[in-house]
Amino acid sequence: SWWGGVQMGPPDPILGVSEAFKKDSSPKKMNLGVGAYRDDQGKPFVLSCVRKAEALIAAKQLDKEYLPIGGLGEFTKACAQLALGADNDVLKSGRNITVQTISGTGSLRIGANFLSRFHGGPRDVYLPKPSWGNHTPIFRDAGMQLKAYRYYDPSTCGFDFKGALEDISKIPEQSVIMLHACAHNPTGVDPKPEQWKEISDIVKKRNLLVFFDMAYQGFASGDIDRDAWAVRYFIEQGHNILLSQSFAKNMGLYGERVGGFTVVCNDADEAKRVESQLKILIRPIYSNPPMNGARIAAAILNTPDLRSLWLEEVHGMANRIIKMREQLVAGLKKEGSSHNWQHVIDQIGMFCFTGLKPEQVERLTKEFSVYMTKDGRISMAGVSSGNVGYLAQAIHAVTK
Amino acid sequence: MAAHCLFFTQTEEDWLPFSCDIPLLMAGGLRGKERERTNLLKQCLLCRVAGVQSHQAWKTNPLGDVGLNVLLKTEDPRTQNGSLMARPNKTADMSVFSEVTQAAPVAVFKLTQDFSNDQFPSKVNLGVGAYRTDEGQPWVLPVVKKVEKIIVHDDRLNHEYLPILGLPEFRSSASKIALGDDSPAIQENRVGAVQCLGGTGALKMGAEFLRRFYNGNNNTKTPVYVSAPTWENHNAIFANAGFEDVRAYKYWDTEKRGLDLAGFLGDLESCPEHSIFVLHACAHNPTGIDPTQEQWKMIAEIMMRRNLFVFFDSAYQGFASGSLDKDAWAVRYFVSLGFEMFCAQSFSKNFGLYNERVGNLTVVARDADNLKRILSQMEKIVRTTWSNPPSQGARVVAITLNSPELFTEWKDNVKTMADRVLLMRAQLKAKIQALGTPGTWDHITEQIGMFSFTGLNPKQVEYMVKEKHIYLMASGRINMCGLTTKNIDYVAESIHDAVTKVQ
Repeated sequence: SWWGGVQMGPPDPILGVSEAFKKDSSPKKMNLGVGAYRDDQGKPFVLSCVRKAEALIAAKQLDKEYLPIGGLGEFTKACAQLALGADNDVLKSGRNITVQTISGTGSLRIGANFLSRFHGGPRDVYLPKPSWGNHTPIFRDAGMQLKAYRYYDPSTCGFDFKGALEDISKIPEQSVIMLHACAHNPTGVDPKPEQWKEISDIVKKRNLLVFFDMAYQGFASGDIDRDAWAVRYFIEQGHNILLSQSFAKNMGLYGERVGGFTVVCNDADEAKRVESQLKILIRPIYSNPPMNGARIAAAILNTPDLRSLWLEEVHGMANRIIKMREQLVAGLKKEGSSHNWQHVIDQIGMFCFTGLKPEQVERLTKEFSVYMTKDGRISMAGVSSGNVGYLAQAIHAVTK
Repeated sequence: MAAHCLFFTQTEEDWLPFSCDIPLLMAGGLRGKERERTNLLKQCLLCRVAGVQSHQAWKTNPLGDVGLNVLLKTEDPRTQNGSLMARPNKTADMSVFSEVTQAAPVAVFKLTQDFSNDQFPSKVNLGVGAYRTDEGQPWVLPVVKKVEKIIVHDDRLNHEYLPILGLPEFRSSASKIALGDDSPAIQENRVGAVQCLGGTGALKMGAEFLRRFYNGNNNTKTPVYVSAPTWENHNAIFANAGFEDVRAYKYWDTEKRGLDLAGFLGDLESCPEHSIFVLHACAHNPTGIDPTQEQWKMIAEIMMRRNLFVFFDSAYQGFASGSLDKDAWAVRYFVSLGFEMFCAQSFSKNFGLYNERVGNLTVVARDADNLKRILSQMEKIVRTTWSNPPSQGARVVAITLNSPELFTEWKDNVKTMADRVLLMRAQLKAKIQALGTPGTWDHITEQIGMFSFTGLNPKQVEYMVKEKHIYLMASGRINMCGLTTKNIDYVAESIHDAVTKVQ
């Protein structure tokens, strides 16, 4: 056989958790692994605005002709507006190029390929420590190298601001730095606005190329403008950023693979040139992107009452998460835990870095059928009023 | 044959750089360092001046010395009044991307644009790369409309992530379509699949896997052979996956207007062992010429004997002859011989699901254990490219293939499309012959699938476009789907005029 030397690949740490969860027969099992939102009954949540958009689209009886390589125009325009704000000068002057991508992963991959081919600076991409697990292999497969800057402080379960600034100040000029726009994955720890300002200053001083990953706009605080604040601030400060957006979580369009990749350029001419090269990158990967999810997202963003409904529903999802955080901490106190769990409330977005150690995580899984990733990250979306008490019990049991 | 610069690729659908067929002999006009650099990069002067990416040079020229004349006449932005345009002088500038140059627009996109702008009432677009009805309209298959309604009204369905390798019901039913329900390989549990974004995505996944694991580890030097000519994206897919040596195997015989069998077999015999060959399962794009069963047997024999890797590209199953089984004959024959192979399947055309990006990479392994390990590594590649595939299109296909009534209805829809194409072929040939047009025109009905290499030369093509407002590719390729009962007489007459008036 040609393939005798092919080793068995290790199971994906994040998606692998769901698979193990499926096999578990315990009635109390909890899936706190993958970051997909669940309602308070623990069920997947299809947003009403999505259903309404689908009905609208079905009625139009549209054809299925190939999209352009860069994707659906109504989508990419609305996508950029959502991130930057409709009145942003960048949009007015046409100096951004935004292409439709295969959700956040596809966006990051196109960005990584673009950097690999065109970035004249060092090959190094600086990720916060820790970062989403898939960042590293994506950049590596695209031919970039990975380095890290301090980010999470395990002693406070918060932001290591001093460490981050120190590390960033030493990054060689023209290197790429990846920043999570909001709801940092996996820690849930975000810099405060004053801290973002200092980060922007030092990044500017070091002449670094900023790559924002924004997978949770709206989902973090419940407010889309607030969640995009850092992105907009950096652009205002003159950084010509790269930006990845995902609509998997904030529109619940996970499996439809809806995302955008934006490059903010010097001027419209440069944007046109960059666009032409992005198409050359995209074409040999998948030719052109899938229509369904983009049509839904575009309909929602561009139809006033669907858009307001969406904003309400996003707010609702974010609020439920915030409530679960509060209930979990209250539950732990009730169990008699002596630890400080304030970080569970301070952290933001879908994920919570509990601070649990691998051995404790393993016990949670083996003894309580609570599934999460080894780094102690839990997806708050998997917590509901029905199981938050059990979770508090289980966490207390392995940490007391 | 002179080496040609191949920096760009044509595409039917969108804006991509033009296929540059400029012979590298142009560099002969250069001196010293410039000449050295041109020869080293295997890049023609025009492309380098335009600042185009580095790419592989072709060793054969399937299109003849078309390039230069066509380029100069189609107002290629790289030339101005026949002279080369220098790259604009860039002053020092803050942007990290100031060195990113404009990729030139592709002639095909320009073709579509020119067609749109043309006010001539009888204009015809024969460059389009998708099925059209007799009214010249896109066609959403009735069975697809039906199934989409089912999906929209099924409250149990949601938009959750699919598994990394895709929707299981889709993968298995799609592989069955290619290999046959009763395929022994499937029964032996050695067939697996990866749901991908269209045929392109399937080829991409296969290419990435091969580069990592075939013929040693990270083997980028294994030659990959694609037909001369072929779908232009084949080159870029394999090159971008890291293969350094993408070559052409002889395929289209310009004089015969048919298969260059001797050339093809000769390349199979002389290529390095373990080379990878991309084979069109049916309805070869762009020529429409497929090997006969006897010819496939000869091809398979050499490939088996010389340990060459079989990578089928199956984008038109059902669409070519109207019969799924007939169109899959070659794939199934190779499987029956015991090859470990890949088959990239597209459901864009036969399901009309173009923009939903529905594809499947079928993997035929030696045994179940090999298959398991292969798929586990495929997952890793998928994860860093798109994480998991889009659900809508795969759902439509899976529901259709897994329901006896819907499956029958689908086969019917496919036959409708195939029959219309066959009818247009028959009528076009008959009309051209009835006009007494010189030359042989049997190839129009002998060729199969969506495309036909008419044999019109570039001057004749230009005549068709400029004088007759009939838009087709510089290579003389037409999309039969662009023909309708309303325009076929006009097209036949125009071809007659082109052949008799223009040499």
